[in-house]
Amino acid sequence: MAEGGDGEGEEEEERSCALGFGTGGDDGAGCSGSPAPAARMRSGSCGGKEQPPPFSEQVLENVLESVLEFLTCRRDRNAASLVCRSWYRAEAQTRREVFIGNCYAVSPGRTVARFRSARAMVLKGRPRFDDFNLVPPGWGARFSPWATAMTAAYPWFERVCLKRITVSDADLALLARSFPSFRDLTLICCDGFGTTGLAAVAELCRNLRVLDLIESDVEEEDEDEDEQVVDWISRFPETITCLESLSFECVNCPVNFAALEALVARSPSLRRLRVNEHVSVSQLRRLMERAPQLTHLGIGSFDSGSADAGAGDLDVTDMESSFAASKSLVCLSGFRVLDPTYLPAIFPACANLVSLNLSYAVFTAEQLKPVIVQCHNLQTFWVLDTIGDDGLRSVATNCKKLSELRVFPMDASEDSEGFVSDSGLVAISEGCPNLRSILYFCQRMTNAAVVTMSKNCPDLAVFRLCIMGRRRPDRLTSQPMDEGFGAIVMNCKKLTRLAISGLLTDRVFEYIANHGRSVRTLSVAFSGDSDLSLKHLFQGCPNLKKLEIRDSPFGDAGLLFGVCHFYNMRFLWMSSCMPSLRGCKEVARRLPHLVVEVIGDSPQDLHGDAVDKLYLYRSLAGPREDAPPFVKIL
Amino acid sequence: MESGLGLEATELRLGLPGAGGEGEGAKKRGYEETIDLKLQLQTPADVKELEEAADNMVKKTPSVKNVAQCGSIVEPEKPPASKAQVVGWPPVRSFRKSILSFHSDKGGSNMEDGEKSCNSMASFMKVSMDGAPYLRKVDLKMYKSYQELSMALQKMFGSFTNNGNCVSQGMSGKDFINESKVMNLLNRSEYVPTYEDKDGDWMLVGDVPWEMFVNSCKRLRIMKGSDAIGLAPRALEKCKNTS
Repeated sequence: MAEGGDGEGEEEEERSCALGFGTGGDDGAGCSGSPAPAARMRSGSCGGKEQPPPFSEQVLENVLESVLEFLTCRRDRNAASLVCRSWYRAEAQTRREVFIGNCYAVSPGRTVARFRSARAMVLKGRPRFDDFNLVPPGWGARFSPWATAMTAAYPWFERVCLKRITVSDADLALLARSFPSFRDLTLICCDGFGTTGLAAVAELCRNLRVLDLIESDVEEEDEDEDEQVVDWISRFPETITCLESLSFECVNCPVNFAALEALVARSPSLRRLRVNEHVSVSQLRRLMERAPQLTHLGIGSFDSGSADAGAGDLDVTDMESSFAASKSLVCLSGFRVLDPTYLPAIFPACANLVSLNLSYAVFTAEQLKPVIVQCHNLQTFWVLDTIGDDGLRSVATNCKKLSELRVFPMDASEDSEGFVSDSGLVAISEGCPNLRSILYFCQRMTNAAVVTMSKNCPDLAVFRLCIMGRRRPDRLTSQPMDEGFGAIVMNCKKLTRLAISGLLTDRVFEYIANHGRSVRTLSVAFSGDSDLSLKHLFQGCPNLKKLEIRDSPFGDAGLLFGVCHFYNMRFLWMSSCMPSLRGCKEVARRLPHLVVEVIGDSPQDLHGDAVDKLYLYRSLAGPREDAPPFVKIL
Repeated sequence: MESGLGLEATELRLGLPGAGGEGEGAKKRGYEETIDLKLQLQTPADVKELEEAADNMVKKTPSVKNVAQCGSIVEPEKPPASKAQVVGWPPVRSFRKSILSFHSDKGGSNMEDGEKSCNSMASFMKVSMDGAPYLRKVDLKMYKSYQELSMALQKMFGSFTNNGNCVSQGMSGKDFINESKVMNLLNRSEYVPTYEDKDGDWMLVGDVPWEMFVNSCKRLRIMKGSDAIGLAPRALEKCKNTS
């Protein structure tokens, strides 16, 4: 279920920079000295300036290339490229998919020069806290320079996946015009484009297979308000299309339904269709009739109020027959507007469902039970906390194969009542031993419950617990939550991603440092007592790659502990903590290949010594030139 | 410390949160008090270790101080975070928040709290300014009055106007009843804040009572005064209708 930002896919992808930065790549043991990046620089910068290798070597390289073709895993490729110069060249020639975890870590020109045969790119831009409005708009991460470099170098490019990047309509048009083989476009949490850009893609990409817009901000009108919304759905070619996936849940304006229906009808390969809330339930019914082969369906409106006037009241049994006819459905999502009495319509599909996302819909445990009772094969479940602990118990009883659970708050504020608690968490842990990933928003939690989960679910790779009240202690014992999270890192040996919350002292960081050998991503908020926390982290976690911290009492001393580790990381984000300009400058001075950005909401914020937002990342490209006035690069 | 980080008096409750009936729940402890409480629960050895570590930190950089003393890092020009709500917390994406308030509005929610949750939703508005190279987002729920909003806007965009005050001049709602005053204002000042309301009309900020403004505003635009003159008659009309 490509539902968005922080899915598990990220964990698999998470590795050091594609260009082999830092210590021998991926086993970064302890601190990396500066020699390693320098070595990378030498071999990396050659590009076309090298002497061509002697003939015998060329033969070997050709053989090597044939072998390396089979290597698809990024991690393996990074390792292979470090063996020697010959392997480096061969690997560069055969890499088809390039993954850039931080668009500012390397320049587009350099990327394109090294990987000459690339056909696909995954590019990530802004730091994740941008999702929560902590990164001021206009900070950066624009696609344009990449688009320019790619269109010049890769005539046969096929796939682009962008995350938290600003893409303009012009960029989309350029892609569409320049790549005749273009097939997959996935935009996750992106912005800067509108229906004009979509129309260009629809019209010009004759081989388009995937157009997925996920949680992106699609503009409805231009700044000068001259351009109206474009009917982009109508721009797809009139012939049979190769479309396999079309997702536009996040597009706020209605689409031309007649054109959409016709498009679906002439797209026999369509497997994944996710519509926005403007598609009514009766329209949905027609779409399902046109595409009975769908495997993934994202529902817009699912209530009687949205039925077309002419269609009369669509009742539940009518919809039920539609779901009975769609025998291939394995994933349901959307439900942007839901009348809970319509839920039974999905009964026929429940037994086959592997993934169900009800997280936009408000309903109770009683309304959920008849559905969940049939979902024996469910592996991924996203839901709102309104189902309460009771609803979670039903999930635990019925969904034995559950692998990923996300419980979102209906009322995301610190004072809300909160409908789920520690007992829901315990129930899930008892019923779902295969749980690999959990995101849980609550108001009340206990260490005991978290410890229980750590023991019942040893396969956990992602544990994200958000106790919404800041610094809230254990509900029963009033103790800090250190022990609970400590148990997680101790018992869940496969843990790669962790988000902590509640009242936490330096001790939890000691636990993470001592036991979190595999932790790569850590999110910290309102936690810790002193810089000792950062000392633990930087000296202890060998695989820590992404660290995001907010509102915690860490300052320059803590920051300096990280100097031995920053080259091994993708980035560090610190906001509303206590570093000073002096401390940040010191870090920048000691690590020349680190870009240290001080970010303010306005340029005036940058004058003082206090640093509100700090974002630092390793980079082969040096300080970026497109930094806006409210960003200071040290 | 919390004011230095804009955290305010964090509401730590040792009873069940939100349970107003319970005496414990209603008590709110400040951050410093909680720290003291915590240290008491640890063994003396632990406390000593922590204190030593803290001392070492203090020696290294003077800016890392004891928790209670961190008020010295306060930036005086920062607008006070007047509520307990903090930007981006809890970490839920804004489109989720707006969808939920949509549910409350529609009355489609089955929960009794549906209505009340609407008020606590953050509402981020895009703010653009003519001639500025970047736009901003503001959460209108963070402010209680036009005065606070104008201070924030001034801070964000102040570097682009010669006279930083002109943005706030337009913001005192009561002054708009007088037509000549409006025209004076527009002629005098370089920039005037305007907003697009739910009907799609562009209005002068300050026309309507604050609450109404927060509920009807879709986005803000700080226009050149000369461009905004066309809005004045409409603004006056709406004023007359509401007053």
